[in-house]
Amino acid sequence: MITTYREAMRQAIRDAMQRDERVFVMGEDVGAYGGCYAVSKGLMDEFGPERIRDTPLSESGFTGAGIGAAMGGMRPIVEIMTVNFSLLALDQIVNNAATLRHMSGGQFSVPLVIRMATGAGRQLAAQHSHSLEVWYAHVPGLKVLAPATVEDARGMLWTALEDPDPVIIFEHVGLYNDKGELPDDAGAVPIDRAAVRREGSDVTLITYGGNLGKCRTAATRLEAEGISAEVIDLRTLRPLDDETIMDSVRKTHRAVIVDEGWRTCSLASEISARIMEQCLYELEAPVQRVCSLEVPIPYPQHLEQAAIPQPETIVAAAKEVLGR
Amino acid sequence: MTPLDRHHAHQLLEQMIRIRRFEEKSAELYSAGKIRGFLHLYIGEEAVSVGVQQSIQPQDSVLATYREHGHALMAGLSAGSIMAEMYGKQEGCSRGRGGSMHLFSAEHRFYGGNAIVAGALPMAVGLALADKMKGREAVTFCFFGEGAVAEGEFHESLNLAALWKLPVAFLCENNGYAMGTALERSESVLDLYKKAESYGITSVAVDGMNVGEVEAQTSKAVEAIRAGQGPRFLEYRTYRFRAHSMFDAQLYRDKAEVEEWQKRDPITLFEDALRRRDLITAAEHDAMEARVAAEIEEAVAFAEAGTWEPVERILDDVHTEAPQ
Repeated sequence: MITTYREAMRQAIRDAMQRDERVFVMGEDVGAYGGCYAVSKGLMDEFGPERIRDTPLSESGFTGAGIGAAMGGMRPIVEIMTVNFSLLALDQIVNNAATLRHMSGGQFSVPLVIRMATGAGRQLAAQHSHSLEVWYAHVPGLKVLAPATVEDARGMLWTALEDPDPVIIFEHVGLYNDKGELPDDAGAVPIDRAAVRREGSDVTLITYGGNLGKCRTAATRLEAEGISAEVIDLRTLRPLDDETIMDSVRKTHRAVIVDEGWRTCSLASEISARIMEQCLYELEAPVQRVCSLEVPIPYPQHLEQAAIPQPETIVAAAKEVLGR
Repeated sequence: MTPLDRHHAHQLLEQMIRIRRFEEKSAELYSAGKIRGFLHLYIGEEAVSVGVQQSIQPQDSVLATYREHGHALMAGLSAGSIMAEMYGKQEGCSRGRGGSMHLFSAEHRFYGGNAIVAGALPMAVGLALADKMKGREAVTFCFFGEGAVAEGEFHESLNLAALWKLPVAFLCENNGYAMGTALERSESVLDLYKKAESYGITSVAVDGMNVGEVEAQTSKAVEAIRAGQGPRFLEYRTYRFRAHSMFDAQLYRDKAEVEEWQKRDPITLFEDALRRRDLITAAEHDAMEARVAAEIEEAVAFAEAGTWEPVERILDDVHTEAPQ
């Protein structure tokens, strides 16, 4: 059936709530309002206000409460409206969720899932539009997911909930209305491997989340110019699936990394370094990065669009590594 | 006083002496270089932990700060496992990973040892939420210093706990100084229990140097929590006789002030009261000291005999299973 990313995510939550009574959702406006991006719309009526739990605007408080509830035997899904707001909960995520297992000598696990929206494109300006996934991907003890397809939106949540450790799921705001085909029996998907979304032989475009569509568009345009681009969707940002990346780069010998984060100290920086470490001598050209401009995301549409990766900039970078 | 009361009084006294001597030995071992990192001593504040412990039952959870050796001893962790932890040995209660500030024990439902001021409060809310959602009759005991009251996480947590009527005992150990900053130099309102009252939480200030008073007031509050009346807040007015940590030259307070408080040493106060009422003999006192000395000697021997975790295991327990 055809469904939207938003509906797939909602169905994933509904499915988890039905499967496991320990699962509950907690966050700002997840209940009566239906979720800032309408992901949990209708779920409070279905599951009640205890399990679709509205919170005050206390990111640190309710994220920490999610950690405590997870340690107490529940399986909370904490929703933080946007990654920008999650900075108010950084202490709980970085100092508690990520450390407790190792620091306690393996005695305590934190089986917590945190979902948050990320990314630009909706003219929400500099405090609602950033892509700070790398802040979390930097931290040992966390797993970081970025579903880019309807299938992954449907399937990653359950896998994350089965994980005994904290998992953060980033949902790019540009994806919620995306439509895709979902099998009737769609369910959990593995989260340990990146996916080759399009096969190609001349250049590898490496991306994740909201920029997968732009990379596919770029690949189509490149094809029209006789260039065969392979598109890799990382899916999991920590731990990174080096094998899929390197297999592709060894095949195409050229890589362009597309990341909506700022270039400096970005995921793109990390992936570039790994390619250099693991297959420098396979490269025919220096790795290129297409990232956001180093500026707070501006409000007006033309400036916002100029600040973030676009099919045109991806095509240009691909041609650059091909010397065309 | 009945014989049972006499026995109970002796227990209270012996536990306070036990913490005092343990801390004195820790200071000595720190000077000898056996214990490293930060070491925060509880000397002067023993009546709080010992008095509160009388209300804690096995199904309850306890969270504490980086000044938590006494609380860990009270929760039932062996002196040896705590000492070995401070030595950094793998026989320690956190396998040596945490040190003095991060004592953990799943067996005793002792959730640390948190070195971020107020960082444990949201987790306490979550543990209590899990208990409530699972229908378990348990209370979460959350210790923190008065410095935590200035943190946002304090206010977020009290609001959540009151809003959701959660079984949490918020236990504020007000020793007058957040590291070196006196309360009157950092708070606009000095009666901290009033801040808790503003969230609709029944709150009380308690003489934290009087173990009997701590026990009685805590017991009353915890009874109300167990009866389903929601969280309670207790402000124990106490004093730390030693420096904040072993690096602290105590430039911020007068010796005269310390001496004034030392006249109200909780151990001396209580023992004098017992002596005045002929509830303890010199022989009984000596026997206590001897038992405590033997236990601590054994703890030190255990720590000395402990072993270092092999470096090859450094990455164990970052995740429950090693990432691929």
